Amino acid sequence: MQQAEKVMSEQDSWIEVGNLNDIPKLGARVVRTADGDIAVFRTADDEIFALRDKCPHKGGPLSQGIVHGKRVACPLHDWKIQLDSGEAVAPDEGCAASYPVKVEGELILLSLTPNEGCPNS
Amino acid sequence: HNDPLACCLLNHRYEHSVEGVMKEKLVLIGNGMAGVRTLEEVLKLAPDQYDISVFGGEPYGNYNRILLSPVLAGEKTIDEIMLNDEQWYKDNDITLHKGKWVDEVNRAQRIVRTTDGTEEKYDRLIIATGSNPFIIPIPGHDMQGVIAFRDINDVDTMLSASKEKNGKAIVIGGGLLGLEAANGLMKQGMDVSVVHLLDSLMERQLDKAASALLKASLEERGMKFLMEAQTEAIIGKDQVEAVRFKDGTEVPADLVVMAVGIKPNIELAEKIGLHCERGIVVSDTMQTFDPRIYSVGECVQHRGMTYGLVAPLFEQAKVCANHLAHLGIARYEGSITSTKLKVTGIDLFSAGDFEGDDTTEELVLQDPGLGIYKKVVLKDNKIQGAVMYGDTIDGTWYFEMMRDNTDVSDIRDKLLFGQAHLGDSGHGDDNRVAAMSATTEICGCNGICKGDIVDAITRKNLFTLDDVRVHTKASSSCGSCTGLVEALLAHTLGGDYSQSPNKKPLCGCTEFTHDEVRTSIRENELKTVHDVQEFLEWKAPDGCSKCRPALNYYLLCQWPGEYIDDNQSRFINERAHANIQKDATFSVIPRMWGGGTTPDELRAIADAAEKFNVKTVHVTGGQRIAMYGLKKEELPVIWGDLSKAGLVSGHAYGKALRTVKTCVGKEWCRFGTQDSTQLGVDLEKMTWGSWTPHKYKMAASGCPRNCAEATIKDFGVVCVDSGYELHVGGNGGVKVRATDLLCHVETSEQVLEYAAAFMQLYREDAHYLERTAPWLERVGLTFVKEKVVEDEAGRKALAERFLYSQKFSQDDPWQARAEGTDEHEFKPIKMVS
Repeated sequence: MQQAEKVMSEQDSWIEVGNLNDIPKLGARVVRTADGDIAVFRTADDEIFALRDKCPHKGGPLSQGIVHGKRVACPLHDWKIQLDSGEAVAPDEGCAASYPVKVEGELILLSLTPNEGCPNS
Repeated sequence: HNDPLACCLLNHRYEHSVEGVMKEKLVLIGNGMAGVRTLEEVLKLAPDQYDISVFGGEPYGNYNRILLSPVLAGEKTIDEIMLNDEQWYKDNDITLHKGKWVDEVNRAQRIVRTTDGTEEKYDRLIIATGSNPFIIPIPGHDMQGVIAFRDINDVDTMLSASKEKNGKAIVIGGGLLGLEAANGLMKQGMDVSVVHLLDSLMERQLDKAASALLKASLEERGMKFLMEAQTEAIIGKDQVEAVRFKDGTEVPADLVVMAVGIKPNIELAEKIGLHCERGIVVSDTMQTFDPRIYSVGECVQHRGMTYGLVAPLFEQAKVCANHLAHLGIARYEGSITSTKLKVTGIDLFSAGDFEGDDTTEELVLQDPGLGIYKKVVLKDNKIQGAVMYGDTIDGTWYFEMMRDNTDVSDIRDKLLFGQAHLGDSGHGDDNRVAAMSATTEICGCNGICKGDIVDAITRKNLFTLDDVRVHTKASSSCGSCTGLVEALLAHTLGGDYSQSPNKKPLCGCTEFTHDEVRTSIRENELKTVHDVQEFLEWKAPDGCSKCRPALNYYLLCQWPGEYIDDNQSRFINERAHANIQKDATFSVIPRMWGGGTTPDELRAIADAAEKFNVKTVHVTGGQRIAMYGLKKEELPVIWGDLSKAGLVSGHAYGKALRTVKTCVGKEWCRFGTQDSTQLGVDLEKMTWGSWTPHKYKMAASGCPRNCAEATIKDFGVVCVDSGYELHVGGNGGVKVRATDLLCHVETSEQVLEYAAAFMQLYREDAHYLERTAPWLERVGLTFVKEKVVEDEAGRKALAERFLYSQKFSQDDPWQARAEGTDEHEFKPIKMVS
């Protein structure tokens, strides 16, 4: 019963963000919410990731960085952030919250409930 | 690629994969710095390719042998010099057979066997057996109390010997190792005499003058010397009591340290039939005559040379790992090395051929009062070698120029006074790293102090500039403290540090240099970022934030009109045509031609500032007006407003032509000699919109009073009565550099032609993110004069290429974006209420 409730609420929480082609390859776009921006990234092989648009270092907008592999380089001080986990690449330490995201056909769907494991949401 | 083994290895791997999960077997004999570094590099490049085993004779993990001297001197502990503890081997699934000696390798069956019968099969084998101390075979050499200075065991012996009160030690050998041992023993309270066969210390690293200075300063500290003394026998019953020399004298001793040299340990390699001369002979890919067997480190002989310093060994490790990972693009081409003595308080540096011969020239600076001695050996105006004593801050600079084969004819007269006297104030008298306190700030951009850097180098075992950049951020922003960080590395690591590989790769994604990448783009007609990365086998498929902007620029420069700019390979400022600020807002700076403006333009700026609620309006150093605090979505809108008044992008955000600063010249000024204002406008009209390796600034002053500060610009014009002086290669900023005078011309048309030609030469020749000042120092003013001044046809061709490429770059990016170009860049993809 509890399980069913959880599934229901997750389904409710997916929001349509836009199409895959609205984001350039190796680029990012911003989803603006009342609680701040979420950056949605697209890699070279069309994987989509979503992170809080705030570098754990000095709050730089990750959406404005250069995307390479599964990483983004923060535009302010070039910290590298892992797109799948939001973790800073060692030896830097810190994380940006990551958000569940999926692609159905061309459509990008995002949940506004961050994944667990990072306090910076 | 051209590895004869590649195909049979592929088959081999296939066999394994049929069987199931087995990986190729990689076995390392020798658990020292070179071998383990090779494994680290292999794990970086191909973490899953090999199943790895290591055999080590010593009962420890891998430690930093070059730091044994500080351990002996009591400045460090054993724990502090461990590089890889046993946990590291576990974490990386490496089998460590410690305390075991390999005495047999069956090359046909590919099996390694130790003295106690342990066996490992291998697909590829690395022999890194290092070197052995050379023990002089005199009577008594095997007595108690006679040791070498090679491993932790030796240090332990020395430390326990020094506990005896009034102990006397004799160190045989006045080379680097001997003096470091003697210094350590002296610090532990022993009475130390150094015995040397020749008449000057460290004769392989120092010339006689520097050697004499060194000896005097060690004597001042209490070290004794017996020069030109040949040891005949060590005297004692079981324990050493004295040393006897050829002339019959006897000197009492409780401890004798033999530090007369090392010899490559080739015993195993010879036994198993590998071709050896002085060392194990290897190819440029670090393979022995049996291509399944590699060798790295002090046991190796490469192109006739053997090496005992860390930097070359690490370069070998990198090449070896590259080949083991089947990347096959790296080649070891030998190393130029430099030396520093790790004796606290003694500054000494030497590199290359410092003795010279009939074909070389010597530049010498000697100040006995200050205890300073510098010698630079030149051949055809290129540095062959250098020796420095007392003041070694410029050692890394000389070394770099030696490695890059830089022609120093333009700076010969200032060479010995150091880099600080080149008008490049990167470091000066106050900045001698040794004398700095731990709280002295080294990296002003990131607020990193000397103590932070030294701490990171020692605690995290860093060896290279890149390591320090990653771990501390020092030198990773503007880079002006790079020389200081390198000096700190040298100072902290001491003896064996030589700062950088022969070749500096463009970034971590490739082994190729900037120049090699550019040549390949041209010769192989590579036309997209992806093509370059694929053709040159980039390690990361889509590069990184360092190489992508560089490649984008190189392609843009090489194929004007043809190459389609890759927006996603541009830094945000150039992608969004505005400067990102720390709060993620942007600044907007319209162009003001030659620093001039009109009431209409000012009105448009004032209106825009009010409409968009601009918090800060600021006059820039380049004679324009900046508006700060704009949101990204607002940019196309404010640009639309500004372009209605005729204002265009100032490219204040780009590696591009920025400003042309002018004074009012002869139109108003009573001293003006030419119309410098109009000249500035003409220069800016010709060059705006062009992309360059780094930002590019110009100025035109109407008379030699130079109010437009033309002599600290990339290209500056100083008007004189007879025409125009053209100056190049200046900049303000952290490292102020005044320009060099390029030439004098007579007409403003000539000014424009020379300006275009110089800018194009810089665009085609400099490395990405290298400003004209360091570029000019690297290639030399003579080179630039040859291309731009002396070769008229060449100059005209350069200028023509510049003007051709300008045809494709002079569209105002602001107006285009106000009209809808790149709309996605400026708008959120979605607003969620």
